Parts: sequence; C-alpha cells; structure tokens
Amino acid sequence: MKRGLPIFIVTVTAVLIVMAWFQSGGAERREMRSASTPDQAVRLMLSQIQARNYDAAYARLANRSDVDKNAFTREFAGSYSSLLTYASLESFDVWGLHSGDQEASVRAKLHYSTAVGPLDDIRDMKVEKAGDSWKVFWPVNTAAKLPPQVIPVNYLRWDVIQRGASDDWGVQNVDSPQVRIISMNAIQRPDSVVLVGEVVNEDSVPAYVNVGATLLDSRESEIAQESSFDKIAHTLLPKQVTPYRIDFPNMRLEKVKKVRMDVKALLVAASADPVIEVSQQKVETDPLGKKILSGQLLNQSGEVVNIPHVIAAYYDSNGKVIWVSDGYVAQALLPQVPVPFAVDVPPDIAKNVQTYRVVVNHYETNSQT
Amino acid sequence: MRRLITVAIIFLVASVAQAAEIHPPAQTVAGNPITIASSGSGDATFYLIGPASASKRQVQAGSDIAVDSDQIEHAGRYVAILCASDGCASSSFFVNAAAPNRLSLLVHPSRVPVGSANGISTVAFVFDNFHNLVLKPDSIKFSVQPKGGNEVSADRESKDGIAWVRLTSAKKEGPTKLGAAIGHANEIRVVQQVAADACNLRIKASRAKNDYLIETDPVRDCSGNPVPDGTVVSFTMTDSAGKTTVDVPIKRGVAKIEMSIKGRARVTVASGVVTGNELEVSGG
Repeated sequence: MKRGLPIFIVTVTAVLIVMAWFQSGGAERREMRSASTPDQAVRLMLSQIQARNYDAAYARLANRSDVDKNAFTREFAGSYSSLLTYASLESFDVWGLHSGDQEASVRAKLHYSTAVGPLDDIRDMKVEKAGDSWKVFWPVNTAAKLPPQVIPVNYLRWDVIQRGASDDWGVQNVDSPQVRIISMNAIQRPDSVVLVGEVVNEDSVPAYVNVGATLLDSRESEIAQESSFDKIAHTLLPKQVTPYRIDFPNMRLEKVKKVRMDVKALLVAASADPVIEVSQQKVETDPLGKKILSGQLLNQSGEVVNIPHVIAAYYDSNGKVIWVSDGYVAQALLPQVPVPFAVDVPPDIAKNVQTYRVVVNHYETNSQT
Repeated sequence: MRRLITVAIIFLVASVAQAAEIHPPAQTVAGNPITIASSGSGDATFYLIGPASASKRQVQAGSDIAVDSDQIEHAGRYVAILCASDGCASSSFFVNAAAPNRLSLLVHPSRVPVGSANGISTVAFVFDNFHNLVLKPDSIKFSVQPKGGNEVSADRESKDGIAWVRLTSAKKEGPTKLGAAIGHANEIRVVQQVAADACNLRIKASRAKNDYLIETDPVRDCSGNPVPDGTVVSFTMTDSAGKTTVDVPIKRGVAKIEMSIKGRARVTVASGVVTGNELEVSGG
C-alpha cells in the first residue's frame, strides 16, 4: 500500500503527459518530421504555426534566404494590433492541387478563432522537393513599404459637451441626431428570417446608431426581438448611409405579421478621419467555388486602422437591398498600403445582384473618439 | 408612515376639539413671514403642515405665533394646528407663488434645417424665486436675434405658468439666439440653423500627377447655404478593374478625391439620399 500510491500517481501523470502530447499534435509532428509528401510538408509547417513555434515553421521553408523571418511571423501572429493579434489558429485543412516529382501545389484552409468570431483564410502554397523531403516555397512579400513621412490630416472632429448634472431644470441639452431608416426588406433564409436595409444620418452631427427590430404575429404579440449588433457601421458622419442586417434564427416569415423597427441614435464625439477607399470591388467565384465580393481597402489617412470591418449591401435591379454581408479583415490597414478583402455572397442571392455598395467600419486602439 | 398616522390623528383630534383657536390669514405669498393669532392659555404645541414640509414647536396659547419666511416658501395649502391642554384647533390657509423671477426655457430642437416652417418650439415656464410655478397670468417677452441681425421680440401672456411660441427657421444658416424675459429673469438659448440637404450636387474631374482629381463644386443647399464641413459625400467610380467607392467628408466647402482610373470609367456622386451628376472619364 505504501508503494501503491506513488506508483499510481506516476502512472496517471505519465498517461496525462502522453494524452497532452497527442492532443497538441506532437504525434503528428513527429510522424511528419521528414515530410515525405507535399501535403505533409504543409501540415507540418501549419502545425508548428498552430503551436506558435514560428522558428520551426520558418525552418520548414525552402526559400528561407528570400523570406524575412519577422515578416513571415507577422503573417500569422499579426501586427499593429490587427485581428490576428487577438486570434489563434484553431485548425486547418490541407489538400493537394497539383503534384509533380519535384514540385507540387497545395491548398490550405486555415480556421482562426478570433475575438470577433471564426475567421477563415485560404492559401495556395507551392511545395518543392529538397533531397528526400518536401519544403514549402513561401511567396516573397512584395508589398510596398511606406517611407517615413508626415501625412497632414486636417479633417473635422466633433466634440460634445452635454448638459451638466448641476444645471438647472430647463437648461437646454444638445438634441440626439436625426437618423432615418431608408429601406427595409424581410427575407426568408433556410434557417432564419433576415431583415436588411439602410439607415442614413440626416443630421449635421455624428451619430452612434443601432437598429433593432421586433417581429409581431397575427395577434400583434411579440415573437422575437433582435438588433443589428455588429452588422452595421455604428458611427455615422453627417449624411452617411450604412447597411444593416438583423438575423432572427429559427424563424419562419409566415409566422410574422408585422415588423416593428426601432432605430436609436446617440450624439457622440467622432472624427472624419480616416478615409478608406474601397477599390476593385467585384463579385467573383473564389478557389473553393463560393461567390464572394472581393476588393481592396486603402487607408488614405495617416492613422493605422487596427481592425477593419467590411459591410456590403447588395441591390437588385429595382435598387432594393436584397442582402447584407460583412467580414473582418485580418490585417491592419497601414497608411497608403492596399489590403485585400472578401466577403461571402450566398449563391441564390448572387444571381440577383445588380449592384453593391461597401462601407468600412474601423476600430483603432489609439482612437481619440 | 408613522409620521403620517400621527399627523392624521392630530388633525382628527383638532377637528373634533374646539377648545383653542388659531386664525391664520386666508392667503399669503411664498417667502413672506406671517403671524397667526391664537386664543386660549397655557403651553401648547404648534404644528405647521405644508405641501413639502411639516414642523412642530412649543408656543404659548393665546399669543401671536410667528411663522418665518423660510417655513412657507412652497406654494400650496398649509394646515396650522394648535394643541393645548384643553384640546386641538386647526385652520388651513393658502400660500401663493411670489412675483415671477425665474424662467425655465425649453427650446427644441437645438439644430434645425433652414426654412423649416414652425420648426422651432420655444416654451417658457414661469417660476418665482422659490421655484413655485406662477399660475397668475403675466407677460413674457420672447425675442429672436439672428447672427448679425437685429433683435425681434414679441410679448406672450402666460397661462397656468406656461407661455410658448413656434418659430420658422431663417433662410440663412448660422446660430440664432432665442430669449425669454420676465422680471429679473432673462434666459437665452442658441439654436443652430443648419443647411438643408445638398442641392444640385456636381462633380468635375481634372488630371493630377498619375491620377484623376475628382472634386465637387462648392456643396450648397437649395437656399445657397454651404453644407457643413464633415458632411459625407460618396464617390463611386466604375472601370474595367471593378468598382471603387470612397466616402469623403466635405472640407472647406468641397469634397475631393484622387482616383486611379484605367480605361473608360464612370464616376457618380451622392450625399445621403441626394445624387449628383455622372462623369465619363478616360484614364491611361
């Protein structure tokens, strides 16, 4: 009995260590250390990235002499407080596209878990045979670097002084901004009812906007209540228009007799900076065969946009909003450096899309507003 | 609750027993001291119950009871009760608001588009020095002073302590001062009259280095007022590379953007729900 307990503890500890090793992909890494196939080479590199062992992942590259290690690390670990800095690579799928004796193409779908939800990234990688094993040929980052410079920014800023607690009754406060819902369309999706539309800030001051909706049945009883949450550009400058989308999961449109819309606007301090250009927008098919709206974001200001958020409204031939989709961009927007983006469009919606409009939400860690 | 019951019991006893008597004035003015005559003799307790306060003190029955000004600052019905050894007596009196000397001026909205018919509501509540609503009709002077213009005023009589006017905003943008005055009170509010929606929004294109500079004419509303800086103007350019959109705030009266254009491109402009002209541009 005296020896029994220590032996039991040692055995359980050993079992737990082995389980943890398997869980962390240790067995897989060991198995693929030699990378005898192109798929294995990519899997090994990605599993090392998943374990945040960027040095080991970098060592798996065929063209290390051309690739800067810090730039390679930033591709996965993020930089400038971008979304990837608040993310971890949860899993990945790898499959071969083309395979030869000395060269192969492999596609990897990376599933990140981020602070704002899941984020997928698809990458096509070239893999080369070096001796007995395969190594990943990493594309050299050719993005232009911004030279040190001063970018004068003199856009407007609005500050708000509200009525104080010590003010007498009847002392005038500043009014909330006037905002208006300019369109609303209820759509039945396979698993939900979705309300899409647009809101305009009609006032001459900035507004923080949120749209809510209540579904009523034939007896005018409330059956569901939701808000646009992050599927809206909350801060609207004067005369700015934003799309919004409100999802009602597990709901059928037949049950709904009436929709009560509620738009709330608060007067907030805001800045007209940064201005973000959205260029090269087009609806196309991605390598996985999905319909996407892709384009490029260009931060025209001097301030870094840490987490860009793209919201796109799609219109039919009558100018009616038929869908709103959104997506966070993994990279930060550095001044004057273009960054690509893509958001999904459901295939049944894509065939009716006549035109579209993209707005960009921006989150800055050093924001003064 | 206990206090309420005590007061109710005292009031009940006072209404039954008529031994001592007190004679307050039927009406008085808030903030003015009064003297209440009493009859009877010996030590007594004097209660004064008002709309916002209640007090108790020892007095001599048969003498005049002085009520300080700070005990009757609130307008409304007061009950004075005198309890001596031979019973209680009560009498009620009214305290009216003093002369108007304060105004609460509510002006809505704080921002209004130019030329809005009856778009500004101005409501004045008349109070005395002690925050009592003055129900007696009195004349209030409302005034409007536009930026760089002469003051215009008109009198309105208050009814039940309230007087109001509705105003149409001017054709010219800018702040305007709205005032109301009565007694020593003179309250002023500022309403910003802002340009209405953009009118006849037009853009033009010119060459700038490698790109095109697209800029609006000075953006004005239909009355010719400049639309405020910071108002967003949306430029949309469609060329062979796809569609480009930029939301640009107006700066110094115009909104402008540099765009790289390849081949033939169509550029459109909008601000809120207002759309402007279209340009056909040929790039390099």
